[in-house]
Amino acid sequence: MTLTEKILARASGKAHVEPGANVWVNVDVLMTHDVCGPGTIGVFKREFGKDAKVWDPRKVVIIPDHYIFTADSMSNRNVDILREFVREQGLPYFYDVIDDPNGHWQFDASRGQTKAQYGSRYTGVCHTTLPWKGHTRPGEILFGTDSHTCMAGAFNQFATGIGNTDAGFILGTGKLLIKVPETMRFFLEGAMQPGVMAKDVILHVIGDIGFDGATYRAMQWEGPGVYAMNMDDRMTIANMAIEAGGKNAMFPCDQKTLDYVRERTAENGTREDFEPVELDADQKFIYDKVFDLSKLEPTVACHPDPGQRRLAKEMSSVQLDRAYIGSCTGGKTSDFLAFAQVVKGRSVKIDTFGVPATTKVVRELKETQWDGQSVWNILESAGVRMTENASCAACLGGPVDTFGRLNKPMKCISATNRNFPGRMGNKESEVYLASPYTVAASALTGRVTDPREFVS
Amino acid sequence: MSKVITSPVYVCADNIDTDQIIPAQYLTLVPTIPEEYEKLGSYALIGLPDALYPERFVQEGQTQTQYKIVIAGRNFGCGSSREHAPIALGAAGVEAVVAESFARIFFRNCVATGELYPYDSNERLCDLVKTGDIATLDFEQDTLTVHGKTYSLKPLGEVRPVIDAGGIFNYARQTGMIASK
Repeated sequence: MTLTEKILARASGKAHVEPGANVWVNVDVLMTHDVCGPGTIGVFKREFGKDAKVWDPRKVVIIPDHYIFTADSMSNRNVDILREFVREQGLPYFYDVIDDPNGHWQFDASRGQTKAQYGSRYTGVCHTTLPWKGHTRPGEILFGTDSHTCMAGAFNQFATGIGNTDAGFILGTGKLLIKVPETMRFFLEGAMQPGVMAKDVILHVIGDIGFDGATYRAMQWEGPGVYAMNMDDRMTIANMAIEAGGKNAMFPCDQKTLDYVRERTAENGTREDFEPVELDADQKFIYDKVFDLSKLEPTVACHPDPGQRRLAKEMSSVQLDRAYIGSCTGGKTSDFLAFAQVVKGRSVKIDTFGVPATTKVVRELKETQWDGQSVWNILESAGVRMTENASCAACLGGPVDTFGRLNKPMKCISATNRNFPGRMGNKESEVYLASPYTVAASALTGRVTDPREFVS
Repeated sequence: MSKVITSPVYVCADNIDTDQIIPAQYLTLVPTIPEEYEKLGSYALIGLPDALYPERFVQEGQTQTQYKIVIAGRNFGCGSSREHAPIALGAAGVEAVVAESFARIFFRNCVATGELYPYDSNERLCDLVKTGDIATLDFEQDTLTVHGKTYSLKPLGEVRPVIDAGGIFNYARQTGMIASK
């Protein structure tokens, strides 16, 4: 069996499963956020009764992260709906925006968009919070009401996005009926050249198989190229399985995975026992291809979908209006460090926005010093508009006052994960997806730029 | 649900993602609150670029569409897992989307909510019909008839009774998988 089949077999109490089979799986973690949480809670109460209790409070994780730093009253209300449910159900894992469990969240626009407006428990983007706070464990089943839940596949976990109704069903029963996907294998060999990042790997692969090339399928990553990557890089790749239509991404578990997970479960007091799934000698794939990482070059996905692949070096005629770095995919500390490496001591030529994925990233960028200067200051000195308000922000547009949102037709190069029309706001805008290196280099020149001009 | 419906169709191309079906700024609406459910319908497909889709799917100030059938190309509903997408279409009065193919989570959300029937077509119908053409969809025969020509659609198979029941909860209760209310 493939890694995905092994996890689904175990979670459904079977010795063996085949692709296409429908199985009831026991859920280890259900994650929801402010956009889909209120609807999920509504379904749960409608179907199980207003006094119903969730199946296991320690397996529910609630992370407000989408529409937080906005004066939109409905968005603020939705965070309050989450808080009320958490209080009523006694849920231990709620990363609230404010500290008062009986309070109401209201964003104060008069204080501006860039200074922190959150309490001590707030974390930021859900997919980056889950591993940080010790909720991703190898061999487990994670469902989330968000399509980029597949990011946790980096941790040898079966993780996929679902809708409110399915999530409401899980809240009441702890189970879900799912179809076992066929598995595609992506075998990575060789080492990435300077200037090339994990983001280029996944943009290259999506360009190869197409925007729907993995629909209904698991994307399993193997090979020496995978083991050479750190967990941040694996997360970047797993995150974008959905941009090829994939059901989930799956990485093998190695010492890096174990070290990362054990450190964080211990730090946060989350469950420490888990059982990874190991690679079988006998696996059946519907697709199996070797990729030589040393041949990859900085890659861009052009408007209007993530499958529109081109090389950055062929796109220097494309003029840009804006650059953006942030999101679950591209807002990690390692992403900002790569970005800062390019812009250090230089000045951006176009409006450039930086939104850290989590409050921990904010802290790390302020604490990391290069030549006596914090990385945060290096970014700001280069002209990047940085905000301390970690969230999904303009990656998915959001309310009109969202930081960095494209409120008129423009061309934006972005380290995020999705670029369908209207994704970052205005529906006549064009979004180009690229690595933090490429976004940084392009911010300096105002046109799509191969970062190897700046990175040696 | 009636077994045969006749309606003007709304035609769109490939990769109609969830941001085009219901743009992110409207996700503040909670689908289980009835007045917000209705409002979601008024915004269905409002994210389609005006230049490509000059005909609005739901007229300004309305909550219901005249198009009970949507015809699309490949990968309809790709992108986000937001259930607001099938719900917005269902709330606007759509009964079926007939596409060359569907993205996985959208398809699943159609089934789980029972909001509409996601039919796979055998032909690329979005190149054969245009918005406003009158079509007849026969849910018994799994066919779509337009311009006097009848196209067979792929039967929905095991998910059909779930949608017929009105979604996963009704189906689970009918079949004894979870206790009755």
